[in-house]
Amino acid sequence: MGNEGVKSSRRKFLKSAATASGAILGYSLLKSSQYLVYAAEPEDPNLPWYGIVIDVEKCIGCGACAKACKNENDVPVEPFFFRTWVEQYTVKNDGSVEIQSPNGGIDGFTQTVPDEEIFKSFFVPKMCNHCAKSPCVQVCPVGATYDSPEGIVLVDEKYCIGCRYCVQACPYGCRFIHPVKKVASKCTLCYHRIKKGLAPACMETCPTGARMYGNLRDKNSEIVKFLKEHTTQVLRPNLNTGAKLYYNALSSEVR
Amino acid sequence: MKFYVPPQLKRLAIAFAVFIVLFLVLRKFLVPDSFGQYGHYRGDSLADNALPEIHYAGQQACLDCHQDIEDLKAKDVHARIHCETCHGPGQKHVLSGEASDILKPDSREFCGNCHGKNAAKKPGTIVQVQLSEHNTDKKCIECHNPHQPWEMKE
Amino acid sequence: MESSYPHLYEILSHIQGYIFPNEIDLQWGILIVVYPFITGLVAGAFILASLERVFKDKVLKPTYQIALLTALSFLLVATMPLISHLAQPQRAYEIMITPHSSSAMAIFGFVYLWYLMVVLLLEIWFDYRHSMVVWAEEKKGIMKWVYRILTLGLNDISPRTVSWDRKLGYIITVVGIPSAFILHGYVGFIFGSIKANPWWSTPLMPIIFLFSAMVSGIAMVMLIYMAVSYIRTRTLDVNVLDAIGKYLFFVLILDFTIEGLDQIHRIYVAEESFETIKLLVEGKLYLTLFISQGLIGTLIPLGVLAFLQFYKGKIKLRKTLYFITGIMVLIGVYSMRWNVVIGGQLFSKSFSGFTSFKVGLIGIDGTLMAIFWLLLPFGILTFLLWLLPPWKMVPEVEE
Ligand code: HEC
Ligand code: HEC
Ligand code: HEC
Ligand code: HEC
Repeated sequence: MGNEGVKSSRRKFLKSAATASGAILGYSLLKSSQYLVYAAEPEDPNLPWYGIVIDVEKCIGCGACAKACKNENDVPVEPFFFRTWVEQYTVKNDGSVEIQSPNGGIDGFTQTVPDEEIFKSFFVPKMCNHCAKSPCVQVCPVGATYDSPEGIVLVDEKYCIGCRYCVQACPYGCRFIHPVKKVASKCTLCYHRIKKGLAPACMETCPTGARMYGNLRDKNSEIVKFLKEHTTQVLRPNLNTGAKLYYNALSSEVR
Repeated sequence: MKFYVPPQLKRLAIAFAVFIVLFLVLRKFLVPDSFGQYGHYRGDSLADNALPEIHYAGQQACLDCHQDIEDLKAKDVHARIHCETCHGPGQKHVLSGEASDILKPDSREFCGNCHGKNAAKKPGTIVQVQLSEHNTDKKCIECHNPHQPWEMKE
Repeated sequence: MESSYPHLYEILSHIQGYIFPNEIDLQWGILIVVYPFITGLVAGAFILASLERVFKDKVLKPTYQIALLTALSFLLVATMPLISHLAQPQRAYEIMITPHSSSAMAIFGFVYLWYLMVVLLLEIWFDYRHSMVVWAEEKKGIMKWVYRILTLGLNDISPRTVSWDRKLGYIITVVGIPSAFILHGYVGFIFGSIKANPWWSTPLMPIIFLFSAMVSGIAMVMLIYMAVSYIRTRTLDVNVLDAIGKYLFFVLILDFTIEGLDQIHRIYVAEESFETIKLLVEGKLYLTLFISQGLIGTLIPLGVLAFLQFYKGKIKLRKTLYFITGIMVLIGVYSMRWNVVIGGQLFSKSFSGFTSFKVGLIGIDGTLMAIFWLLLPFGILTFLLWLLPPWKMVPEVEE
C-alpha cells in the first residue's frame, strides 16, 4: 500500500519533470537561433545609433586621418598596426589593379604607374565598419568585445584574453593585437572623444570632409540626408556583416 | 519493488555535485560585478573606453588664443582645414601655451602630401602642383602663407 | 625603432601584392597547428577504442585500454597549446565563467569538459574500477592510497556491482562516440565558421577535421601498440595490425573522398577568392599540400594499405609496412592541419596578396614549444600505463 503511494508519487514527479525538461528543451531550441545568430539591435531610443560615411570622391590621400588616429589612440607607429589607413587603387588600361598603402598612407602617396597607363585611380580610406552583425563580436569567447548601446564595436582591454579569434573573423582586416598591451585593438570611433562632444580624430583632421559620422536614427541628421541623396555601398555585402560604414562612389575593385 | 541505484553512480553523483558546486562558487567570485549589465560584457568597460586622454583639442579650442589666425584662414582656401591637421595634436599645447608643445611643419613634402600631383586625386577636390617643377628652390611657406595661401609673401 | 619588430620588418620585404597592413603578422602560429592535431588524435583514438566495444571487434581487444589511455594523455594536453598561445594566458579561465554563447571557441570549452569528465574519465574509471580495488588491496604504502582515492573510496566488487561497471561503461561508450564526433567536429567548426576566410569557411570543415582526426588517431594507436609491445618485449600480433589497418584504410578512403569533394566544389564554384586561393595552393602551399598531405600522407598510404588488404605473406614485411604507413599518415594529417591553419592566414582578406610565415625555433610560439606539447602526451601516457597497466588488469569474467 505505502509502496504504491511512493510509486505513484514518483511517477507523478517523473512525469512533471519530463514535461518541464521537455518544455525547456523545446524553448531553448526555438530560442537557440538567437544565440547563434549574432546581431546588435538599437535598444535604447534615447541613445544615438552611429553610422559612418566615407566619400571616396573627396579623399585626396593625404594620410592625415591615419596619422591623427595613431597619435590620438597611442597606436604603435610601426607600419603593422592601424586602426584606420588609406589605400591607393590604380586600375591600369590592361585591367590589372595595383593597390598600395605604404605606411598606411601616413606619409602620403606617390603614383608609381605612369599617367598614360592609368585607366583610373582613387583612394579608399579604411576603418572599422562598426557592423551591427559583427563577425568579431560573434566569435569573442568571453565577451571582451561588444557592441556598445550606441552601436560602436568596442574592446574591453581588461577582459580580453588575446586569443585573436576576432582578428581572424574580421573580413576587413581592421583588428590587430596591440604589441604592448597584448590585447585586441581596433577603431573605437574615438569613443572617448565623441563622448566629450568632439569629432573622432580622423574626421577632425580630414581636410576635405571625406568622412562623416552621425546618428542613423535621427532622420534629420546630416548622415541620413547624405545617405538619402547618394548611392552608397558597404564593403563585402555578401558576408552580411551589417556594416554601418557606407562608402559613396565606391568602385567595384575595392574589397 | 525498490529502485536499484548502482553504488558507483552514487559515488559519481557526489563527485560531480562537489565539482559543480565548486565551479559555481568560483564563478560567483570571478565574474566581474558589472558583467551583463547591458549585454554579454563588462558594463564598466564602456566607461573605461571613454577614459583615455584626448590628444587633439579640436579647432574650437585654438580660437581662444589664436582668433587672428582663424580670421586669416577663414578668408582663404584653407578655411575648411582645421588647425591640427597641419599642426598635429594640440591638447598639450592648449593646456600649456608653450610653443615647444606644438609642431610647425615647414617642409615642401608637408604641403606636397596634399598638393603633390597624383592621378588618384579627383579633379575639383584639390589643386595639384608638380613638386619637382613648382619653384623648387624654396620652401612653399616662403611664398605662400600657410593660413592664407593666396596671400603671397613675395 | 626598427629593432622592436625585426621579424615584421623582414616580412614586410616578402609581401607579394597587397595585403591589409594589419595582416602582416600571422595571428595563429605553429601552436594552433599542434592544437587540432592533438585534439584529432584524441577523437581518433577514442573512436578506435569504441569500435572494439560497440561493434564487439574482438581482434582489437589488446588495443582497447591503450587507445583509451592514449586518448586521455592527449586530451589532457589538448588545450595547452591554445592557452600558452593566448596573449593573456592568466585570463583563460574567463572562457569558462562567462562563455559567449555565439562563440565557437567558448562552447568548445564545454565540449572539451564534457568529453573529458563525462566520457573519457568515466569510461576509464568503469573499466579499471574492479582492478583498482584489487590493486588497492595488494599494494602497500602510498600506492595503496593512490588507488583508493582513484576508486573514490568505493571497494564494492560484488558480481552485481562489477556487472554494472560493464553496463555503465557500455552506455558511456555509446554516448562517447557522438561526443568524440562533436569534439573534433567542433574543432573544425572553429575554423569553418569564420566566414571572412574563404579557405576555412566551408560546411564540410567539421567533417573533414573529423575524418582526418580518425585517420591520425587510428594510426597513432597502431604505432603506440607496436611500441608498447616492443618495449615490453612481447610478440606483436600481426592480426591486430591487420584489423587496425583495415579500419585505417577505410577511414582514409572516406577522408580522401570528402576532402577531394571539398576541393572540387571550390574549384567548380570558383568564388571571388578563387584566383587567390589557386595562387596560394600552387605556390606557398605546394609542398605541404600536394607532396606532404597528398602524396606522403594519403596516396602512398592508400596504396600500401590496399596492398596489405590482400598480401598476407611475410609478417616482418607487413609489420614494417604498417609502421611506415602509420608515420606517413601522421605526417599527412599534421600537414593538413598546417595547410588549414597557416594556409588560411597567408593570403590577404583583400584577396590581392600574400604575407609570409617563418616559424621561429624558440619562444612561446616557436618550434621547440610545439615539440614540447607534442611530446608531453607520451610522457603522460607512459605514466598512465605504469599506473594503470592494461596487462595487469583483473580478467573479465564472461557471463
Ligand atoms: C591658452 C592659449 C592658447 C591656446 C588655446 C592655443 N595656443 Fe597656440 N600658442 C599660444 C601662445 C601663448 C603661443 C606663443 C608661444 C611662444 O611664442 O612662446 C602659441 C604658439 C602657437 C604656435 C607657434 C609655435 C611656434 O613654434 O612658434 C602654433 C603653431 C600654435 N600656437 C598652434 C596652436 C593650435 C593648433 C592650437 C589649438 C589646438 C593652439 N595653438 C591653441 C597660446 C595658445
Ligand atoms: C595648411 C596647414 C595649416 C593650417 C590649417 C594651419 N596652420 Fe598654422 N601654420 C602652418 C605652417 C606651415 C606654419 C609655419 C609658418 C612659418 O613657419 O612661417 C604655421 C604657423 C602657425 C603659427 C605660428 C605663427 C605664424 O603665424 O607663423 C601659429 C600660431 C599657427 N600656425 C596657428 C594656427 C592656428 C590657430 C590654426 C587654425 C585656426 C592654424 N595655424 C592652421 C600651417 C597651418
Ligand atoms: C591637409 C591638406 C593640405 C595641406 C597640408 C595643405 N593644403 Fe593647400 N589646400 C588644401 C585644400 C583641400 C585646398 C583646396 C580648398 C578648396 O578648394 O576648398 C587647398 C588650397 C590651396 C591653394 C589654393 C589653390 C587654388 O588654386 O585654389 C594653395 C595655393 C595652397 N593650398 C597652398 C598650400 C601650401 C603652400 C601648403 C603648405 C604650407 C598647403 N597648401 C598645405 C589642402 C591642403
Ligand atoms: C617662389 C615662390 C613660390 C614657392 C616656393 C611656391 N609657390 Fe606655389 N605658387 C606661387 C605663385 C606665384 C603661384 C601662382 C602662379 C602659378 O600658378 O604658378 C603659385 C601657385 C600655387 C598653387 C596653385 C596652382 C594652380 O594651378 O592654381 C598651388 C597649389 C601652389 N602654388 C602650391 C605650392 C606648394 C605646395 C609649394 C611647395 C611645394 C609651393 N606652392 C611653393 C609661388 C610659389
